[in-house]
Amino acid sequence: MPAILKSVNLTKRFPGVIANEDVNFELEQGEVHCLFGENGAGKSTLSSCLFGFYHPEEGHIEFDGKPVRFRSPRDAIHMGIGMVHQHFVLVADFTVLANIIVGTHEQGWRLGLPEARARIEKLCAEYGIELELDAYVRDLAVGQQQWVEILKALYLEARVLILDEPTAVLTPAESERLFRIVDHMCKLGLSIILISHKIAEVMQADRVTVLRKGKVVDTVRPADVTPQELTRMMVGRDVELRVARDTAETRATDTVSVLIVEGLSYRDGLGKTALDDINLTIGEGEILGLAGVSGNGQKELFEALSGVLIPQVGRITLTGEEIKGLPSRHYMDRGVGLVPDDRFREGLIPEFNIRENMILGWQRHDDYTNGIFLDHKHIGTVADGLIDEFQIVAPSGATPVNHLSGGNAQKVILAREFVHSNKLLLANQPTRGLDLGVIEYVYKQIIAKRDEGYAVLLASEELEDLLNLSDRIAVISSGRITGIVDPDTTTIEEIGLLMAGSTDGVAA
Amino acid sequence: MSELFSEAILISILASTVRIMTPILFAAIGELVTQRAGIWNMGVEGTMLTGAFTAYIVASSTGSVWLAVWAAMASGALMGLLTAFMTATMRVDHFISGLGINLLAGGLTLYWFRIYIKGRPQPTFDGFDSVAIPGLSAIPWLGEILFTQRLLTYLAFAMVPVIWFLLYRTRWGLELRCLGENPKALDIKGINIVRRQYLAVMIGSVMTGLGGGFLMLGFSDRFLADITAGRGWLAVVAIIAGNWMPRGVLAAVLVFALLESIATHVQVLSLNVPHQIFLALPYLASILLLMGLRRKTNQPVKLGIPYFR
Repeated sequence: MPAILKSVNLTKRFPGVIANEDVNFELEQGEVHCLFGENGAGKSTLSSCLFGFYHPEEGHIEFDGKPVRFRSPRDAIHMGIGMVHQHFVLVADFTVLANIIVGTHEQGWRLGLPEARARIEKLCAEYGIELELDAYVRDLAVGQQQWVEILKALYLEARVLILDEPTAVLTPAESERLFRIVDHMCKLGLSIILISHKIAEVMQADRVTVLRKGKVVDTVRPADVTPQELTRMMVGRDVELRVARDTAETRATDTVSVLIVEGLSYRDGLGKTALDDINLTIGEGEILGLAGVSGNGQKELFEALSGVLIPQVGRITLTGEEIKGLPSRHYMDRGVGLVPDDRFREGLIPEFNIRENMILGWQRHDDYTNGIFLDHKHIGTVADGLIDEFQIVAPSGATPVNHLSGGNAQKVILAREFVHSNKLLLANQPTRGLDLGVIEYVYKQIIAKRDEGYAVLLASEELEDLLNLSDRIAVISSGRITGIVDPDTTTIEEIGLLMAGSTDGVAA
Repeated sequence: MSELFSEAILISILASTVRIMTPILFAAIGELVTQRAGIWNMGVEGTMLTGAFTAYIVASSTGSVWLAVWAAMASGALMGLLTAFMTATMRVDHFISGLGINLLAGGLTLYWFRIYIKGRPQPTFDGFDSVAIPGLSAIPWLGEILFTQRLLTYLAFAMVPVIWFLLYRTRWGLELRCLGENPKALDIKGINIVRRQYLAVMIGSVMTGLGGGFLMLGFSDRFLADITAGRGWLAVVAIIAGNWMPRGVLAAVLVFALLESIATHVQVLSLNVPHQIFLALPYLASILLLMGLRRKTNQPVKLGIPYFR
């Protein structure tokens, strides 16, 4: 098979980092080629170079055997390269049709809607995509928005399609459908670059190029290697992916319920029902996993349980005391810790230094104050101790947290919440975007807290992780708990169905 | 109160409403284009003031109102270029760049004005005359209210459907609205964003300059310091109150102008209310709208947020 798209000794630098170094990558006609690597390994940089969004400093790109120079994505698009970005680039207030055609015409003032509609309908039929073209994107589910993105590329007559972490927002069933259509696309002559860090997806590709720290480790066929070998190539060492849930004996049926949630419902400011009759209990020394496609009420649930928002209906009882309606500070005082999903926006103040972030929310606490002043000396001692204890890599406690990597920033949040809470730990996506080594660390810390007797609510998009860590798994869909399952007896398929909103055949 | 319903006064109020609408409508409908492209030009007041002042200088020294109109638009273009440079090229915070424009315009016009009139009586000029549209102006009531106005007033009203068409029925308009909602969606298709931002700012600023010019040439015969007296701000408020839709903006401008017209007729109407109350009402109404009485806002998502790749 001839190579359709190729990078030769490609190097891309950003101030202070080499994002891609001497990368040789080759996409063959009609194959699904996976780019596999950890965060910051250079996958997205490489694809952005191939798409003309970035310009490599050294090396060059070949398309159809000829060297090409992309000055902008427009040049790449002209060649027939399409990209589906991980964070969708859509206009919520436009229709599907308008989103597909905006910026595609070169000249003339007309919108040309009828012609565009006919072409898109033909594409949908050809590839088996179902989409209402006159729907507004804001009304579409995330999974459907992905199809709009793919259609945008196909509409521009892409021959090469770059999919950046396409399954991050999909249910298992939706992912399966995506891969079916991707296969179909290859049969129709498209070539696909799939960026992923999920081993199960990588194993489905025709070939895999593993990147680590900006360099190509190797290009292999999944059939020739084991998942363990691939993971080792990605991380550079062996990783114990399964943090054992060993001390399950603490989970007796008569454990004390730390948190009881009854009939909790919340309508947001726009009148949308974000939480719908949620009933949950979490016992002492128990991890309750929360599975669901993001945007189905997880955020609201975590905020409700930490007092950030106050649901209109229902009760929240913490160790026998009804606390719904109290300000969030009272939740903190009673030992509730929250690890929010968006760590830099909600968990930290990026411009503040590590010490300040370590006491964020507890700054009024007697320990940290001298009258109306902050006791900087004591804060410094506590923070520096935590930096050591949680192995945070930073020049000093005075370093602003926006200078830290995602993993170290997350450790700052964990340290703060672990030290100040003592009953309930709410962790929403605590490992999102982190490297495997840090993920392992975070999970071990959470397990340790569980063993100390904390009740833990843990949400993750990685079902495998939930299955490994949780004592029970609650599944949330459209703000409702569609089922609570036992990780020892359930299957990914069952959870997938519950994530999609089905409530059939559920046993708690 | 019976005078309120006297026909002559009512016609006078409505006819002057239409005239008062003109400069605000030019600015509001033009700035709507700018805002739809995501740029919150807070320098509308200053741009309008510059347009009015330029029109005054040119009209009073050459005697040509049409030359003055062109000069007002050119001065608007200049302010627009400055705004676009700050917001699109330098990516300055839009509120700061607007603050700069307003302070610059206020200071510069006053300074220049003092030099211009130094040691002589203030020069005046002959402004626009009304142009009665043959046939239509003979219609009772409507003829006097709508069809015996200045030429530029007709143009201002004509701009509303023109801008609507541009925004919603052309490829260019779709791309422009996309800029305000999600500029990256254009960027990844390799479309030059900065160039389109310049264009959007220029359209708004030229029309604002034109509005300032009309304010001078259609209402007065001489310049006064701060002659715009908040009409530029009112244009911005009209966009908010009109929920970023051309017809909404038109309606908001109509209401604002009507209130101002009533305010100027307060004495004739012998209403026992300070006329400032009417002038303040548009702002109060907008505050209420902003406080969320509106169900769905059409405010462009990226309005006022500089775009960084």
